[in-house]
Parts: sequence; structure tokens; C-alpha cells
Amino acid sequence: MVNFPEHAPFDDAQKQKIEDLASTLTPEQTTWLSGYFAGTSMTVATAPVSQRSINVLYGTESGNCEELAVDLMKTAKKSGFKAQITNMAETNVAALKEAETLLVVVSTWGEGEPPETAETFYNELMSTDLSLAGLEFAVCALGDTSYEQFCQTGKDVDARLEKLGAKRITERVDCDVDYDESYAGWNKNVWSILGSAEVGKVADVIVPEQIYDRKNPFPAEVISNQLLSGDHSNKETIHVELSLDGSGFEYLPGDVLAVLPNNAKDVVDSVLAATGLAANTRIEVKNVGKTSLGDALTSLVDITALSRKIVNLWQEICGSEELAALLKDTAKSEFKEWSEGRQIIDLLENYPAESITAQQFIDILRKLPPRLYSIASSPKAHPGEVHLTVAAVRYDIHGRSRKGVASTYLADDALKGSKVLVYVHPNKNFRLPENDNTSVIMVGPGTGIAPFRAFIEDRAETECAGENWLFFGDQNYNEDFLYQTELQDYLKEGHLSRLDVAFSRDQPEKIYVQHKMLENASEIWRWLETGAHFYVCGDASRMAKDVHDTLLRIIETQGDMNADDAAAYLTALKKDKRYQRDVY
Amino acid sequence: MIKDEKLSPNEPLKENSDYLRGTLAEEIADTNTGSICADSQQLSKFHGMYLQDDRDVRAGRRKKKLEKSYSFLIRVRLPGGVSTPEQWLAMDSIADQYANGTLKITTRQTWQLHGVIKNNLKKTIQGMNTAALDCIAACGDVNRNVICNANPHQSELHAEVVNFSHKISDHLMPRSRAYHEIFLDEEKVVSSEEVIEPLYGKTYLPRKFKITVAIPPSNDVDLYAHCLSFIAIIENKKIVGYNVAVGGGMGMTHGQNETFPRLADVIGFISPDKAIDVAEKVMLVQRDYGERGDRKLARLKYTVERMTANGFLSKLEEYLGYKLEPVRKFKFDSNGDRFGWTTDDSGMHHLNLFIPGGRVIDSSAYPMKTGLREIAKIHDGEFRMTANQNLVISNISDAKKPEIEHLLGEYGILKSHERSAMRLNSIACVALPTCGLALAEAERYLPDLITELEEVLEEAGLRHDAITIRMTGCPNGCGRPYLGEIGFVGKGPGKYNVYLGAGFHGERLNKLYKEAVPGADIKELLAPIIKDYAKARNDGEHFGDFVIRAGYVKATTAGNNFHANIS
Repeated sequence: MVNFPEHAPFDDAQKQKIEDLASTLTPEQTTWLSGYFAGTSMTVATAPVSQRSINVLYGTESGNCEELAVDLMKTAKKSGFKAQITNMAETNVAALKEAETLLVVVSTWGEGEPPETAETFYNELMSTDLSLAGLEFAVCALGDTSYEQFCQTGKDVDARLEKLGAKRITERVDCDVDYDESYAGWNKNVWSILGSAEVGKVADVIVPEQIYDRKNPFPAEVISNQLLSGDHSNKETIHVELSLDGSGFEYLPGDVLAVLPNNAKDVVDSVLAATGLAANTRIEVKNVGKTSLGDALTSLVDITALSRKIVNLWQEICGSEELAALLKDTAKSEFKEWSEGRQIIDLLENYPAESITAQQFIDILRKLPPRLYSIASSPKAHPGEVHLTVAAVRYDIHGRSRKGVASTYLADDALKGSKVLVYVHPNKNFRLPENDNTSVIMVGPGTGIAPFRAFIEDRAETECAGENWLFFGDQNYNEDFLYQTELQDYLKEGHLSRLDVAFSRDQPEKIYVQHKMLENASEIWRWLETGAHFYVCGDASRMAKDVHDTLLRIIETQGDMNADDAAAYLTALKKDKRYQRDVY
Repeated sequence: MIKDEKLSPNEPLKENSDYLRGTLAEEIADTNTGSICADSQQLSKFHGMYLQDDRDVRAGRRKKKLEKSYSFLIRVRLPGGVSTPEQWLAMDSIADQYANGTLKITTRQTWQLHGVIKNNLKKTIQGMNTAALDCIAACGDVNRNVICNANPHQSELHAEVVNFSHKISDHLMPRSRAYHEIFLDEEKVVSSEEVIEPLYGKTYLPRKFKITVAIPPSNDVDLYAHCLSFIAIIENKKIVGYNVAVGGGMGMTHGQNETFPRLADVIGFISPDKAIDVAEKVMLVQRDYGERGDRKLARLKYTVERMTANGFLSKLEEYLGYKLEPVRKFKFDSNGDRFGWTTDDSGMHHLNLFIPGGRVIDSSAYPMKTGLREIAKIHDGEFRMTANQNLVISNISDAKKPEIEHLLGEYGILKSHERSAMRLNSIACVALPTCGLALAEAERYLPDLITELEEVLEEAGLRHDAITIRMTGCPNGCGRPYLGEIGFVGKGPGKYNVYLGAGFHGERLNKLYKEAVPGADIKELLAPIIKDYAKARNDGEHFGDFVIRAGYVKATTAGNNFHANIS
């Protein structure tokens, strides 16, 4: 018997063939084969085509772009190029002239924004008039089609480089959350143009032992799943503890856990009902193999996020003229207005297709993307475990109850004893100070508290001398004070020096964390001036902006600076990795 | 004069508190917990508040990594229970902003706020202060809110007793500035006065102290249930003086027969000019002779019981330096409210509303709180709380009456008192979920129980016969359960001791009829007695008198035989 891991990259037919073959092999034959395949996969590049210097430039928020950039650099080096890798966070536009070829990998966040750490570089690039004539480039953009400004940063960078005189060697690729395939295609183009023998690299086919990673997530057992919100809370925030035993995963405070959710049964059922398709219909899913439609809709494809792309594909199937009108270039604002808050089910129900096959339907759906959660535990405090703080998203809009795919999957289905597919995602841009004596200020309202629970646990375990100051906030004191008793214990034990809380709905006027920061302006300034790091985690749309502005104001008033100097002070903090954000 | 026996821990706590300051200010500023320490909880009572927690949600909070759902009860000091429309509006708005959106009218003629979290304590009290309201000495070992008859018939007399209540309240107010410093951010000044609390001293009173003023024939304040009461004696429509009653009190402890409810003894008569002096000296005798070891036996009623009424009178006269005159004649006929419209001698109108459980609250079917707010916006008279947890909209002019009547109709309040006489004569304390002492439900359960009993009453033809019915979640007596013709006192979850036979105008305590009765069995227990009453009562005989004559219970003739003669 061959023990295929759950996500082994073979379809059922291949598995059968391998199994048939394996059952006839002698040990010597097995060894020979494994050596053969290993050798094949490691075939080294032929002689270098040129000595062209390549700079792989990346801007990353979650680490995906960094991972791809490292892959590009390795290929470049193996192919004999002089290659370097540069993080946008640590460079400036002038440095771009140092290389002849620039390969850019950059992601887009929120409403078309560059990654946090790439913001300064991006702004400089957009405003510079430096000539980049002589530079050749290619851009790989990462993004999420469910956002309107899909891959906007990559698009901007691509257009800007051209405008500054650089020469595009191949068309930009805009990758969705399941970026592997799109990236592979672009990668192939790049190297075929630049001339490398590394093109079309064969993946390792023999897995000597179970290795869990992004492509092969680990089924982590749920140790506990506990509602944190009080009985009268408006929110539903849960604390989930998962076992990493046997995963081989290691992580640091600040890292992120990717969760591969399932779609909820009622959502799958409504999609089936709207399309009139039967759950047990056999279909084939790209890169996965044959399975039933029901299973595919449950765990393989995205059946909620409404993108322009899927509307387009669906329009082709259903032929609705109304949809066609919405999709016209001249109707962009109408499309935006209509798609706001709507999901695939609205598309299916409002614009039904007369006839569609299960296979046709599956083919237009993108892969179900993983969801990232800031890890809420320190591995030192909880060896072999990883904890998450998750706000279950549920709301009504356009006459229907909606729910966040992963958050409600964790809340409703990740019951004790069940298994959740996960992998660890390093977040190098969110790290505790290397020096244990350095103090930290943490601003983490709502589920933004997650990484700070990890930070405090970690520093408590190692008995760090540095002081810890947490700003926390939520709606109601008695309902939403996440981890209250733990924090009280840390205060008593001295592992938390200060805790300032803001609850927005306990009184007529809204009180937020930034108000508590202002109340403590002189003390925050004193901490910053004595080397403290400043961390922010949580909502990007408003909280992080407000906290950022407040921090600037504190620097301005307490440091007696004008606005420009204060901004420079904060930029310097950022450069020194003393101002780090994990916002979403 | 404090006895040598071991003092209760509250005594050194008071003594060392720097006149009720303790560490309250620091603890209130600490936002990391919604609680305050045990000592501070004791001190906070003197400033009119109790720390409580929502007992409905206690289970599971630990697993949720949440401490208990703490909040404070705030009891306003409102002598005579009279508020202006502006004050009503202020409390209405504060309840929405900082409390649980309701106002509780208490059995001691004031508002209580519930669900005020610690972070909102100061804002709440500052909001009250803006409306010239405070909660100084509303709880704690001091003279509490002074209550008086809410009788709308005799306006001039009412005005006089409200004024008298204010004077007593002012005279017996603690002088410490602790409240102003802690809650109103008053700067602490080193007092040049030698004596900071001339009446109380550092250790205040052994226990709470309650004063009422009654105008016969209405005993709506239940004067016999309080430490000190003044019974107005009227001649030619003028108050010529007061009979003085001392040593009443309700609270007792299950299973401890040395604790018992006791009715006040009427010990003499004084002229109005001496009344404040008498109030002070009665309190001082209690200050000096009250029990300070066992707080369960520290109320004035036990002091009077120990000294006897005559002994107490002698000691009081020693403190006064003069003698009380002999008791004058008086007569009460009821301790309930007189619902509906009345017009007084001066032509002003008053409307006594029924407020179920004293809870001013909006429901979709009955937006009473909103209705009262709308009335307060246009009303130019007063709002009077009654000691039966009800409300009188008083001093309505002919000109305003149609407008107010229109609003009452619009919000469904006009017919508030068109209920069974039993329901109109019901009282329930707060109990669960916020009161830490409650052993069973009260305010949330009594209305349903009355609905069950109403079936029996209808059948027996007693819908319009007043029977006083009172329920408390514990034996401490906030709802004066031992003066209900039918009284229920929480014994355990869902179980009640059933008491019968109190006097209709509060002149006799009731007697335990059956112990620990499950709520579901109460109707069955009482139905035969109610039916018997309907058939066999004498003309004009009240239910409380009947059950004694018919032999269901023996009469309790004094507090010290409350626990005796139980069948």
C-alpha cells in the first residue's frame, strides 16, 4: 500500500497506477526509482546565457511575495545570473538603477493599497521623475479578485516603470489568491525570455516523509473552541486551540496561521438549489482530480466572493442582457454599486442559467482561498499548539443572512476533536524586539489583540526585562474584554506593565484606543524616546489609520516638532522596525 | 460606649477609612477590573451604591476568560420622593446613557439605577449632580433616604411633611467631603474643623437607619417597618405635632431565630419644633447603644427590643433633656396607594399611577418610560414616588390637565391602574439577576404568580378586593414582605416561604404558613384559603384578619413571637 498524504498531487487514476506499480517493486527497484526521480528533479541549468544582473524586488504583507521572490532569485542564481533580492521596505527608487533587469513581485491590500512596508517606496516611485531608461522589467502582481482594486499596486508599478523609461520584457501577470498557476506561467515566460535552462522545473515527485506546507496543509486537531464574547455581546469572538503535533511546523510570535476552510452546508445547498445541480454529480477539478460536485463546492472552490471575473464568466453562460449591461466599461459605478455586499449566490439566483453542467459550473469558480489569522499564542507557552482569536462574521444584507467563510467555519464546524487544515505563514514584518530589554507598546483592539497575547506570553515565558504596555478596545466592557482574566493575571505578575482599555459603546460618546493613547501622550512619548517598539494590529480601514494619525500627533506635540519632522520621526521608526503593523 | 465584645470588621474599616474615602478613588480609576475590593464595596454603600454582578450570566464567564459581569446599583437620595420634571428627565436620560435603560422606583420612594459599570460611575453621578441630585448616604450605616406620605389629598400637609423630610435629611447628612472628592472631582482641602462628623464620628452608625413621616389615615410609608417614624397629628387641618415611633425593621436571616422583623413602638408625642432634635437624638442613642459586634443584630429594632420601649424612651429623654408628651390618638386604614385622579383643596390635580414592580421601562406593548418622559417635558408640577413603588404625577393645573391626559392616553398609561386589586397592592424587590443576596426571583416572577392567582380571585369574585401581596428574593426585607397579608420570601431557587396574616394597614406582622414552597405549587396552596375567604369572611374583614380568625395561622403580636406558634 502506498500511503498517500491527503494532498498528494495525484488524481485517483494516477494513484491507482502508482499503487499498482509499487506493489510489484523490490526494495532495490524502489531505491533506484527514488534516486532516478530525485536526480531528474534536481537537473541543473546549462551554461549561463549571459552575465546580466537581476534584481528581484518585492513588496510583501503576508510573506507570499517574499516567497515567490526568493524562488525567482534562486532560479536566477542557478541559471548563472548575478542576482540580488531586495525588499521594498529597505530600498529606494534610485537603487533600481543598479541592476539591468528588475523582476517585481508585489501584492495589493485593502482598497488597492500597497503592503504596509512598501508604502514609502511605492509613494516615492509614483512621484519620482528619475529616468529608468535602460532598465528592463517584468511585474508579477498578487491580489484578490474579490476586491475591486484587484492587483492595483502591481498595475501601478508596472505602468510607472514603463512611464519612467524602463522596458517591459513580458506582460504583467495578475494573480488571484490561488496564485501558484498564474505565477508559474509568468515565471516560465520570464525565464524563456531571459534565457535559462531552469524553465519548467519539475516538482519533487517522491515525498520522502510527510512535509506539511502551503501546498500540503496539516490537518490540525481542534483541542478547544471557546466563545469569548459575553452572553449579551453584539459580537461572536472565539478562541480556538489547535494541536500542531506531528506537523513539523514551527512559528514565532507575530506569525500567521493560514486556515483552509470549508464552505458551510447551507451555502453549498443554496448554490446547488440555485443552479439545479445535484451534489453527487462527478466532476473534475483542475489540479485535484475527480470528485463529486458537492465535495468540490464544500472544500475546493470559492462559492461566495463575487468578482468581475466570475460575473463575466457567468454572463457568458446565462446570457443575461442585464448582466451584460452591468459589465460594460461605461457601467463601472453601477457594477460597483450592485456588487457591493452581494455574493455568488445572488448572481446565481438573480440571473439563472437555463442549462449548465456541473463541470461547466466548477470550471468558472476559483480555488477556495485560505484565510490568514494572526497567531494568538507563543509556542514557548503552549508547545505543540497554536491558538487563534477569531471574530465570526455574520450579517444580513440584500435580504439574506451572510457569513464569513473561514470565521464561521471555525465557529460552527471546528468543534473539539475535529480537524482543520492549516499551515504556518511567517510574518517577518511583525516581530518582537531582538533585545529582551526593549519595551513594547501594543495597540490591538478587537481580534487585533491576538498577536499581543502571543507577545506577552512569550515575554512572560522568557522573563524579559522589557516592559509591555497594551492598549485594548472593543464595544462593551462586560461583554467584549477579550482575555480579561489572563491580562489581569499578567498585570499582577508584572508581565504586563500597563493595560489601557477603551470601550466604544458603554457610553453615548465613542471611546476608542486612540483616545486612550492621547490621554497617555507624554508617557507614550517617553517610552518611544527610550527605545520602545510600537505595534498595531487589527482593523486597517479605520483603526490603524486613526492610531497612526494619533501617533503622529503625539510625536508632534510631545516632541515639539512640525508635521514634516514628526512624519520623518515615524518613518525612521518604521525603518528601524520599531513601528510595525499587522492590519487587515 | 461601644461594647467590649469583638467588633464587626466593618467598625475598624469605617474608623480607618478617612471618613469614607479608603482607596475608592484609586480603585474606581482602575479600568482593568469592573470590580472594587471587599472593603471598598462596604465604603461605596455610604455613597449610595452597591457592587453587583449579573447572576444570569455568571456560569461560563470563567471559561470565557471574563471576570463576573460587574455593575453598580445607584440609589438616589430623594427626601420625600419628590422630583421636578427636569430631574425626572435627567434620570430618564442617565438611565439610557449609563444604566440598563430602566428606572426602579423603590419601596423607599426613590429611583434606583441598575447596571452602571464602574467606568461610568463618575459620569452618572456627575450627571445627577447637574440635576441637583445626589446619592450621598443612600445606603450604608447612616440615615438613609427620609420618606414621607405621598398623599395627594391634602396638599398643604404634604408640602409641610416633604419640607420636614428635607430638613431631617439635611440635618442627618454625613459631613465628610469624600463623595464630592471621589465622584465630583472636588479638590481635597485639609479641614480646619476639629470635628468632621459631629453626629456620626468616625464609625458612623452600627447599621442602616431609616426614617419615615406618615399622615393618617394613609400608612403608605409602612411606618411600623422603619427605625424611626413621625406620625403627623392633624388638628384643624394643621400639623400640631408628631407621635414618635421607634424600633421597626424588616430584615432577618433564615434559620436564625434571634433575628426577626419587628414593628415600631409608638412612644410619645412632640411638637414640630422639636422634631429634628428628636430625630437626631434617637439616632445618637442608636449610635451609642446599638450592637457593633454582630451586624445581624445591629439595627435599632434590636436595641429597642433589648432596652424595651420604655427603657429606650428614658434614654432618649436623657439625651434630649426633656420628656416626650403622651401619645396622641391616630388611625390608619390602609398601607396601599390611592390610584387614579384626585383633586386637592387648592384645585390642583394628581394622578396616582400603578407602576408594575416599580420598574419604569419601555416595552413595545407599553412604552411607559417614553410616555412619562413626554409628560415630564411639558409638566410644570412634580413627580412623587410612593413607598409602594408607584408614581404620582402631581400638581397638575386645570390648564395642563387635558394635554397630560392626551399623552397618558397616547402611551397607554391612563389605564395603568385598571388591574386587579391584588396586583395594585403588590410589591416586589429587585432580586435576580443583580442582587447578590437573592435566593430566588421576585420582580421577574411575582407578576406571573399574580396572574395565576387572579384566576382564583376571579372565580371567587374577589377581583376588586384589596389583598396586599409582597415578594422578596431573600429575608432581608426590602419589599417589606412581613407586612403582606400574603408574603413570599425566597428560600432557595424557585422556592418560597409563604407568610399569611399581616394587618391591612401595616399594624401586624404576618406568620410563616408554609416553608420552601415551589413557585408552581403556590396557586394550589392558596386557592382554598382565598375561596374560603370569599365565602366565610365577615363584612369588611380583611384577608389578613380572616386567616387568623379561620385558624390558618396564629397572629404575630410582636416581633419576638414572629417565629413562635408556627403550625
